[in-house]
Amino acid sequence: MLADKDRIFTNLYGRGDWGLKGAMARGAWDGTAKIIARGRDAIIDEMKASGLRGRGGAGFPTGLKWSFMPKEIGERPHYLVVNADESEPGTCKDRDIMRHDPHLLIEGCLIAGFAMGAHAGYIYVRGEFIRERERLQAAIDQAYEAGLLGKNAAKSGWDFDLYVHHGAGAYICGEETALLESLEGKKGMPRMKPPFPANMGLYGCPTTVNNVESIAVAPDILRRGASWFSGLGKPGNTGTKLFCISGHVERPCTVEEEMGIPLRELLEKHCGGVRGGWKNLLAVIPGGSSVPCLPADVCGDLPMDFDTLRNLKSGLGTAAVIVMDKSTDIVRAIARISYFYKHESCGQCTPCREGTGWMWRVVDRMARGEAHKREIDMLLEVSHQVEGHTICALGDAAAWPIQGLIRHFRPEIERRIDSYTANAGAAPLAAAE
Amino acid sequence: MAKLIVDGTEIEVPAELTLLQACEEAGAEIPRFCYHDRLSIAGNCRMCLVEVKGAPKPVASCAQAVRDLRPGPNGEPPEVLTKSPLAKKAREGVMEFLLINHPLDCPICDQGGECDLQDQAMAYGVDTSRYSENKRAVEDKYIGPLVKTIMTRCIHCTRCIRFITEVAGCSDLGAIGRGEDMEITTYLESAMRSEMQGNVIDLCPVGALTSRPYAFTARPWELTKTESIDVMDALGSNIRVDARGREVMRIMPRVNDDVNEEWISDKSRFIWDGLKTQRLDRPYVREDGKLRPASWQEAFGAIADKVKAAAPGRIGAIAGDLAACEDMFALKDLMGKLGSANIDCRQDGSPFDPAQGRGSYLFNATLAGVEEADAILLVGAWPRWDATVLNARIRKHWLASGVPIGLIGADNPDLAYDYDYLGAGADTLGELAEGKGAFAKVLKKAKTPLIIVGPGAYARDDGAAVLALAAKVAEGCGAVSGDWNGFCVLHTAAARAGGLDLGLVPGSGGLDVAGMLKPAALDVLFLLGADEVAIPQGHGAFVVYIGTHGDRGAHGADVILPGAAYTEKSGTYVNTEGRVQVANRATFPPGDAREDWAILRALSDPLGQRLPYDSLAALRAAMRDAHPHLTETDAAPAAEAGGVAALAKGKGKAKAAAFARGTDYYLTNPICRASRVMGELAALAASGQGATGTDG
Repeated sequence: MLADKDRIFTNLYGRGDWGLKGAMARGAWDGTAKIIARGRDAIIDEMKASGLRGRGGAGFPTGLKWSFMPKEIGERPHYLVVNADESEPGTCKDRDIMRHDPHLLIEGCLIAGFAMGAHAGYIYVRGEFIRERERLQAAIDQAYEAGLLGKNAAKSGWDFDLYVHHGAGAYICGEETALLESLEGKKGMPRMKPPFPANMGLYGCPTTVNNVESIAVAPDILRRGASWFSGLGKPGNTGTKLFCISGHVERPCTVEEEMGIPLRELLEKHCGGVRGGWKNLLAVIPGGSSVPCLPADVCGDLPMDFDTLRNLKSGLGTAAVIVMDKSTDIVRAIARISYFYKHESCGQCTPCREGTGWMWRVVDRMARGEAHKREIDMLLEVSHQVEGHTICALGDAAAWPIQGLIRHFRPEIERRIDSYTANAGAAPLAAAE
Repeated sequence: MAKLIVDGTEIEVPAELTLLQACEEAGAEIPRFCYHDRLSIAGNCRMCLVEVKGAPKPVASCAQAVRDLRPGPNGEPPEVLTKSPLAKKAREGVMEFLLINHPLDCPICDQGGECDLQDQAMAYGVDTSRYSENKRAVEDKYIGPLVKTIMTRCIHCTRCIRFITEVAGCSDLGAIGRGEDMEITTYLESAMRSEMQGNVIDLCPVGALTSRPYAFTARPWELTKTESIDVMDALGSNIRVDARGREVMRIMPRVNDDVNEEWISDKSRFIWDGLKTQRLDRPYVREDGKLRPASWQEAFGAIADKVKAAAPGRIGAIAGDLAACEDMFALKDLMGKLGSANIDCRQDGSPFDPAQGRGSYLFNATLAGVEEADAILLVGAWPRWDATVLNARIRKHWLASGVPIGLIGADNPDLAYDYDYLGAGADTLGELAEGKGAFAKVLKKAKTPLIIVGPGAYARDDGAAVLALAAKVAEGCGAVSGDWNGFCVLHTAAARAGGLDLGLVPGSGGLDVAGMLKPAALDVLFLLGADEVAIPQGHGAFVVYIGTHGDRGAHGADVILPGAAYTEKSGTYVNTEGRVQVANRATFPPGDAREDWAILRALSDPLGQRLPYDSLAALRAAMRDAHPHLTETDAAPAAEAGGVAALAKGKGKAKAAAFARGTDYYLTNPICRASRVMGELAALAASGQGATGTDG
């Protein structure tokens, strides 16, 4: 279990003062100018050495990402964009950062902005997060007033302006290029890559898009040193991470823990365990609704990190653990997730636009048992036809839950079909929608 | 240049090509729906997926640049597979997705037979469907009187949106909704405002956007396709006339990068219903103030009586805006033989004189040359209406280079690009000629300035003086220097440049249009499709109208001789840049109507002045003998610099009146005025909703 001294988010639950005074008392904005004085390369090297991987879901090394920005500022300005469009079902970590520890994020923005040569940063906040945006804006206003943002921010000699932009509630705008489109005032539809944002991002200028958590942990990493951060967790999966546990546990919560903590320990230490005891566990979705679920038998001492979960054909994603006990109708649960992705598909490219609706309709029938067994394989094939054929990763996100369901719960689907077939004629067939 | 291996063959291509283009260079066929050469890349249909060795997933070849490919581990060229099992499976998957919600209504779909989805489903699809859910139905949208929508068929390739936004330059079309509920619409279901919206019909790869006037009238395989030239403006857009039997069923663009690229205006495309109504299909003779049907002999006899009674100096002829060179050549020959110098092709009263050289009345920089300009001045020209397709080219150039554009004219409507409105008329032009004003500096600084002079400037009685001012501006800013001649006359009549080339202007002592129209100026007046001149009451001349439609010219005529429209004859046309192009005959003229040159040839006998050619070939040979440059068809014309200097010496003082813009864009010639579709468009424009000149 993570020691209290190693926690970065010390006001995660909002028990202390969220404002500048409170944040400073907890250590934020301490020596920011000195960190910046180390210079761009030193900061990026330190971030690389810390082994921090992006906290938005894909797990791309943050330091490396920062290093992709052009070394010199040319004719085009550089931009930092913070992705606070936290919409993945099950995920609620950025929200807590913004409302309870906003200054960590703001300080991170200044440092990251400096490290990539950006004089302006945009924080794109999810449309539904109204209070969070107000809190964040209030914190930014405090920072401006204290001279921590604006000209010569925090007396570092670096000019940095930070803007909060409010989204309109589309899940797809959490995809980095769709977010940029939305920020530019266009319809939120992902762009093709290449060119990557580090070359052609916001308004065609070099841009780096980072998750809230990735940015918010940066100041502490630089204050305490890369070796402290990389000493936590294990190589390749270092540091601390915010886990959001929801579903059938006694006390759902968001908690900062060391990377690679065994799942059972995570649930039992912080959440009071699975409802009805560990034996009552059916399955876990370990990283937000888009990753494939894992059945109970692999969950015991499952280390919660990027690589282990990927090897199990699942993923750490945003570390939003959705716990399902044996009362769960797993097929219906996945059908609901499938509906979500059908609803949130932007409609730009064919496999996702057409495939998400198809998959949802089939899996929805399967949840009722109104299907043929051969359709299970067809569904799996359709999901593979969507996966990897789309512009952005939403197609993958829609395909994976279904693949996970079929991989681990095929007998349950078959049982349901059998039972429906056996009772056929008992009740009139509902007309297909 | 970059090397890559496509399906085992190594090729070398420029690195900036897309993978799709590179594969085509290598001879591999890549299916596509959303990709179009002349539009931005959307990459959304996913049909063009190919396998790139080493890439984790299939790659959309339309969006991947060759330079972004990574070489192999030992530096070998990147390898692309277009026929591998992975690529094939990816395409089959995408095709299946496209088809699951596409209706099975091919038998009643107007796109049938020329449908990209149909063709590619045959080539790249599978033979059965696994989709057993209900298909999506989408409500049809009203987006104007030209484009019919059956939105259930839409595959969301967004070609139409990209065309309207990028090429046409008005963001009328867009997509609303998300995911499978995404719909293409004008949002409030108002009509699109672009004058070239018809092109979305060609761009739509399925039957979602089809031609409303053409709906359910013909199948593509029934049509005889004839390559021809458009006459609705002076650009000479390359068209294909599709006919069934004696009827023109539709008109489509042909690709000619130097002229119309791949687009035509709505006027060119939807004019064909005007070819079927109000047609003159037999000769008429006026008796007791009323026109009655007559035989050719009667009509010729009546004309011969009048011509023989008239002194040569009291016979005149005016050639109209749609006449082919052959017709005008025969008319000029006949007038010459009758001994009259009263001949004119400038219905609009413009002052151009072939004696000053071709450079004085042509679009010298050439249409494609617009894209080399680094400053553009529009003088009494509003290309959006005067030359719709050229306007798209100016917009393209403006988007790519941000070329500064200035306009002098009565008003400043939306032209699909930003411009500086400099002033209303000759005063402003005069100031520019003197080098005053901010835009004069822009022109002065430019290396390849372009001065486009439109009908608003020259088609007025002080036209010569205005042209002289414009020529002075051109000379002053170095628009005519070395191998760049940026002085451009923008004609709006398809016949004008050809008529001037043939010398259809008054000979010595001859009368021009205005002179001929003066009361009691003539005894006999020939109108060769000249409908834009108003013959005043009590004019006194015996009017012979040779033309196609019962329009203004025919109403005042004493004898009507029915002629052939541009789709019904083979004719030579010279466009505003001096390009010589030959239109082919797609159908025959209706009833007793004949080709105009043949009418003149037949008439020459009773007049006792037989024309020396009995066939079109003989006529053409004579014409080309007299004017050798007409032999050079389809060639890029050579610019002549001398004409501009001659223009600049023009005398007279320009009046202060503003350069006026024509207001009847959809009704400029007899075919338009007979067209129901054009009438509808004109009414829509007048109502302020739709393609108007007042919505700037």
